Amino acid sequence: MQKKVFVQGLILAAVLIVPLLLNYMGHPFYLDLATRLCILAIAAVGLNLILGYGGMISFGHAAYLGLGAYAVGIPAHHWLYGGMDAIATTNGFVQFGLALLVSGIFALLTGLVCLKVKGVYFIMITMAFAQMVYYLFISIAEYGGDDGLVIDTRSEFPLVNFDDATQLFTICAVSLFFVMWLVWRISKSQFGMVLAGIKGNEQRMIAMGYNTFAYKLAAYVISGMICGFSGALLGNFTTFISPEMIDWARSGELMFMVILGGVATTFGPLLGAITFIILEEVLSTITIYWHLPFGLLLIGVVMFVKGGLSALIPKAGDKE
Amino acid sequence: MTALLTVSQLNKSYGGVRATDDLNLEVMTGELHAVIGPNGAGKTTLISQLSGNVFPDSGTISFDGIDITHMVEHARPHLGIARTYQITSLINSMSVIENLQLAIQAKQGHSFKFWKPYADNKDVRTAAHEYAARVDLGSRAEMQVANLSHGEQRRLEVAMALASDARLLLLDEPLAGLGPEEASDMISLLETLKGQQTIVLIEHDMDAVFTLADRISVMVYGHIIATGDPYHIRQNQDVQHAYLGED
Repeated sequence: MQKKVFVQGLILAAVLIVPLLLNYMGHPFYLDLATRLCILAIAAVGLNLILGYGGMISFGHAAYLGLGAYAVGIPAHHWLYGGMDAIATTNGFVQFGLALLVSGIFALLTGLVCLKVKGVYFIMITMAFAQMVYYLFISIAEYGGDDGLVIDTRSEFPLVNFDDATQLFTICAVSLFFVMWLVWRISKSQFGMVLAGIKGNEQRMIAMGYNTFAYKLAAYVISGMICGFSGALLGNFTTFISPEMIDWARSGELMFMVILGGVATTFGPLLGAITFIILEEVLSTITIYWHLPFGLLLIGVVMFVKGGLSALIPKAGDKE
Repeated sequence: MTALLTVSQLNKSYGGVRATDDLNLEVMTGELHAVIGPNGAGKTTLISQLSGNVFPDSGTISFDGIDITHMVEHARPHLGIARTYQITSLINSMSVIENLQLAIQAKQGHSFKFWKPYADNKDVRTAAHEYAARVDLGSRAEMQVANLSHGEQRRLEVAMALASDARLLLLDEPLAGLGPEEASDMISLLETLKGQQTIVLIEHDMDAVFTLADRISVMVYGHIIATGDPYHIRQNQDVQHAYLGED
């Protein structure tokens, strides 16, 4: 037990401190990399709530990243160029609130449809809805169409300054830890137990008297909102948002991270995101065909490391 | 005695097969009512319609005076109907206690409780241990369901139905696949329930049925051809022809 907590604490400390240290030593590139890592890890944690704990394999979660980022970009765009006075603002609370609201509503509406089906059909419908969002933003010329939208001004909050890379990174890292804690709490709650039961045997849960649809929908909405939040951070980080971010391949990457790291674990999505970002960085400097070794690695992990990378953390009760 | 469950003129077809054919059934409060019939008679289809997993084409099902014909499946346990499955259906990734906890909690209002740690729910845990002990699984309480023997899983099936504190138990072949010793354990368990609970029992084991049942309904091709106490069912000519053989 001690050892497990120690290793986990070490991982969190490393995620927070190493990039700051490297930045201090004159390598701001690693700070950027780590910021992106934390943001994607937040989305992976959100996806894990339904994919890992709920057994619902969504292939459309990049849509929420996109919605979150556009919820920052569109108000900022109107604030600068006029129009849509109701939402034209650079106020971070409004933008992030909008990101949560829009992604929550989108999850609720699509969830009502997606969750009526299971298995492959669920995967296909979640992907179809995400592609709808993709084509929606491609078609809106005002927001750049498929060229994307430059976010000229980052979200403005009192006390913190998102233009400062160190501050933005710290916010992202702390947000990640918070979201990990949040999902961990949920997974240990009565709701989490019901969700696990549904993943294990939904028919039995219905026969016991659980309205499984409602529980799945709630998890789906929470998951979508977490990814929407991650998207709002992403918009602030890249200061640019394009429909390409919503593409189904992005959704696939989020799934990679969760599966690689270990589904239904607290640290899995983070480990998956770390591995994904580092490998992408290292392999892409060696070859432009980096997806090939990456894919082979994923196959290797899935086949030979039961429970994903987080299973490599010493378990409670292990010696020493 | 009053009828707890009344089924009238129930019909259900799958393509050209009439799985339930103009079926009438009355289950009295407190009785153990066995439904027997040859394979393919439509017994499980009947249970599924009573539990709400399958909806009838026509006819009515009423429970304690309430028409539940069109009531969704997950609402029926809240009225007091619980079922077990012919093919064991449990949450294999969880422990015995966790399965029972879920069964108990299903009836305690909603579970949209996102924050309070599950493990803090001491009352439910205690109750779950009591149900485990009741079906002789006390020593297996923390074991994962997947690692239980078949007989133990069958007993947990029944315990889950009991834990939901139902007024009507629908038991779909609780003896299915059990060895002689395990079967006699299960029969003793059912005997302890007799008189305490209203039970609809589907079973192929005739010795068990004739030992346990207060009344028996015989089902052939989706239709109930006779209902009566065990003695009269044994004597019934139609039943002997249709089911028990002619010798």
